[in-house]
Amino acid sequence: MEPHGTPTGAMREITDRALDTAVSAGADYADVRVVRRVEESVTVRTGRVESIASDESEGVGVRVFAYGAWGFAATHRYDADAIDRAAAEAVRLAKGAAPSLRRRVSLAERPRAYGTYATPVREDPFALPLEVKVADLLDADAALAVPGVVSTASTYAAQREWKTFAATDGSLTEQVFTHVGAGIEAHAVKGSEHQRRSYPEARGGRWQQAGYEFIRELDLKGNAARCGGEAVALLTAPPCPEGPATVVIDPSQLYLQIHESCGHATELDRVFGAEASYAGTSFLTAGLLDSRFRYGSDLVTLVADATVPGGPGSFGWDDEGVAAQRTTLVENGILTGYLTSRDTAPRIGRESGGAVRAESWNRLPLVRMTNVNLVPVPGMSLQDIVADTDDGLYLTQNRSWSIDDRRWNFQFGTEIAYEIKGGRLGRILRNPVYSGITPEFWRSCDAVADERSYVMYGNPNCAKGLPPQCVQVGHGTSGARFRGVRMGAGR
Amino acid sequence: MNLERYADRVLETARRHGATDAEVSVEARVAALTRFANSEIHQSVAEDTVRVTLRYVHGRRYGMAATGRLDDAALESLVERASANARSTAESDDWPGLPEPGPIPEVTGAYAASTGEATAERRVETVREVVAAADAAGVAAFGSFTTGAVTTAVISTRGVRAVQTRSDAWLVTVHMSPGGGTGYAETCAVDVADVDGAALGREAAGKARADDHAVDLAPGEYPVVLEEYAVVDLLAKLGRCGFNALAAQEGQSFAAPGLRVASDLVTVWDDGTDPAGLPTAFDHEGVGKERVSLIDRGRCVGLVHDTRTAARAGIRSTGHALPAPNPVGPLPTNMFMAPGASTREELVGRLDRGLLVTRFYYTNPVNPKRGIVTGVTRDGVFLVEHGEIVSPVRDLRFSVSYLDVLRGVAAVGKERKTLRGWYGGVSVLGDITVPAVLVDSFRFSG
Ligand SMILES: [Zn+2]
Repeated sequence: MEPHGTPTGAMREITDRALDTAVSAGADYADVRVVRRVEESVTVRTGRVESIASDESEGVGVRVFAYGAWGFAATHRYDADAIDRAAAEAVRLAKGAAPSLRRRVSLAERPRAYGTYATPVREDPFALPLEVKVADLLDADAALAVPGVVSTASTYAAQREWKTFAATDGSLTEQVFTHVGAGIEAHAVKGSEHQRRSYPEARGGRWQQAGYEFIRELDLKGNAARCGGEAVALLTAPPCPEGPATVVIDPSQLYLQIHESCGHATELDRVFGAEASYAGTSFLTAGLLDSRFRYGSDLVTLVADATVPGGPGSFGWDDEGVAAQRTTLVENGILTGYLTSRDTAPRIGRESGGAVRAESWNRLPLVRMTNVNLVPVPGMSLQDIVADTDDGLYLTQNRSWSIDDRRWNFQFGTEIAYEIKGGRLGRILRNPVYSGITPEFWRSCDAVADERSYVMYGNPNCAKGLPPQCVQVGHGTSGARFRGVRMGAGR
Repeated sequence: MNLERYADRVLETARRHGATDAEVSVEARVAALTRFANSEIHQSVAEDTVRVTLRYVHGRRYGMAATGRLDDAALESLVERASANARSTAESDDWPGLPEPGPIPEVTGAYAASTGEATAERRVETVREVVAAADAAGVAAFGSFTTGAVTTAVISTRGVRAVQTRSDAWLVTVHMSPGGGTGYAETCAVDVADVDGAALGREAAGKARADDHAVDLAPGEYPVVLEEYAVVDLLAKLGRCGFNALAAQEGQSFAAPGLRVASDLVTVWDDGTDPAGLPTAFDHEGVGKERVSLIDRGRCVGLVHDTRTAARAGIRSTGHALPAPNPVGPLPTNMFMAPGASTREELVGRLDRGLLVTRFYYTNPVNPKRGIVTGVTRDGVFLVEHGEIVSPVRDLRFSVSYLDVLRGVAAVGKERKTLRGWYGGVSVLGDITVPAVLVDSFRFSG
């Protein structure tokens, strides 16, 4: 899909007003976003519709660069006074911050942004009768309830966002994003043992930039009985053994490993300390780019790609008006790039990689992941990798996660492990947990599966910044094998 | 802004649409934030946001909708959407109905105009004090200073009518030293005047300097002193996974009446009305805040409820509902842990060979039912021998049961800090007031 339609200019009155006021108040540069967002969600819990909700939000956010500093103010009102106040407040905030600056901020150039973008949607989720969506979810939830399952949770949600971006350099873009997500989970409890199995993902499900066709393709109902059965079976399954092991990691876990240990670690604002007091910093300090730091084995190539059709983190332009692009972060194991913005890229001598987004109109745009993907390696399928593994574990579906503030020392738990013996998947094991050090872990990767197991996962809950903001990010990955991984510490 | 006027209009429209009952909650927040990094202000933001939430009831069906706009068309559409949502659900055999009006406690000191009206200049001045303390110690400051006010009105056809305005000022700073050391300080208060930037800046700077040139320590079991910044995480996690009635009703909580979950020295309760925290008179359903005892001298006592969990339990809501739709369940948003008798020096003095831990980071439940949480230490861990700090040590990972940690509490500090804790990262204005503790044994996995 080509992001080059002609904008309607429907929000021109608001955007012109905001930009004009900002400039006359002293801004050297200003951009403004007018965002309208609608959202619907259905939650089913243990066979009952727990809630059907619909939400909408709309407003204007004005960002200015004045006196050498940034300022941002937002309002939910569209009247001229409110827009003037927000624009003037943004300049006042910049002026207040300016005396504290010790380093000159410079902005990477970008071409004027102009055009439109829209998510490709086959079946509009908002046009579909609510009854259909509720019935689909109730059906899937009912199929989870095999004997022994004590509670279930099934969710469906859709979001649509209309975003107009305009800037003092004449940029104007209009984008419409449609995201949908769904998931189911079964819980089983016995004494102090609690087990969960989910599909395709817990915590709100798997997301995509798409229409309801994506939800249908997930086939929640068809996967429900297996989920329920495994949750119950896990209660009496043997505990996962501890100690070093060869592990084959399913995309349903590997995507979060990528998110936490590569995605966040390569956010350049984080590298420079912008998030140090909250989300933390990164072990991938800027000097490691020049020294060609070995992040992973030769098989590991990671890209940030905002151009993938349907990717949760795809767009036409980011929230600074930088066009979507594909940036290599790690190439054949070597660190080659970062997720960047206009004000961080010049510090490593680059142009902006176009990785800046805000949760909504009332939040400051920040460096965010787009779709950070592990590039599949032709040769072996995921099944081939399992068949090639004599003694190991197959880990599926994230359950818990934790990583330190430098993205260095991590621990993940998955819902289930399958024993691999002689190249075959065997019995199930409960409470698998593995931990490691980011570059040691990625350097131990000795097989990445080909595109046949490649899946685009989405994380709708990636929070960053203060006030915290969540944006949709994507992670495409196939399965992969890692040697000598430290299992255990979970109990 | 007269929020009640908007709420009343929505109720009226809902009645016209045929609602048998309806509840409107309006929340208007004006807030601003000054963030700093490398001792410079790098982000300055202000927002003016409103959210109107409607729960529309038709017999035993209900639906909800929310909007961020106040114009007539938006409010009309709000009612239409909520009523359509209600019509799309099956009749619920589990719908408790909207809460009846009940007593709402008198709360004083929830709002300070100095905070609600704090200017950018006021925030910059405090940040300057934090940075000056960092400069004086030769370290760099990274943090944020938020000031804001939120007005909430909850009105329903059952006769609930509750309105309050609260303010919050929240300062967090991490100082980083050229020698690799980092230090942390945080405070939150109703009144911005109670935020002492210079003192917090000195605290974080001192910690960062002391943390320079940290050495590796072998993983294993150590007695520990957990500072307030670490203890806050124990309560936040246990509050969410344990004392939440929904988690308990779904069999996912460890909590059971009378069960010993902590040492005799540990007493924890939730009290929205205590002016020592960020007080609040009622919850998001307009139900008055009740003081709920959670742990009394080591034993589980109560759970926090919203209307739905309370109906299932056959009791009254304790006033702990979050904004709808809420999949998490009711939460204790104003927790307190009882202080003990020890000074900080006495707590550290009792460590023959142990660790002083500033705070935990990125903690997540691995097994909520057993209270098992994994995470890492951050911003200052120190080896203590014979009651004296001998060296900073590098951060360590742990996977422990927070219940085991509380069972091992051997002494409790007499000073307490009020912190946002986990609530700093979510949209709920909550806080936790805690002392430091001495714990017999804490296992680090490295
Ligand atoms: Zn994230």
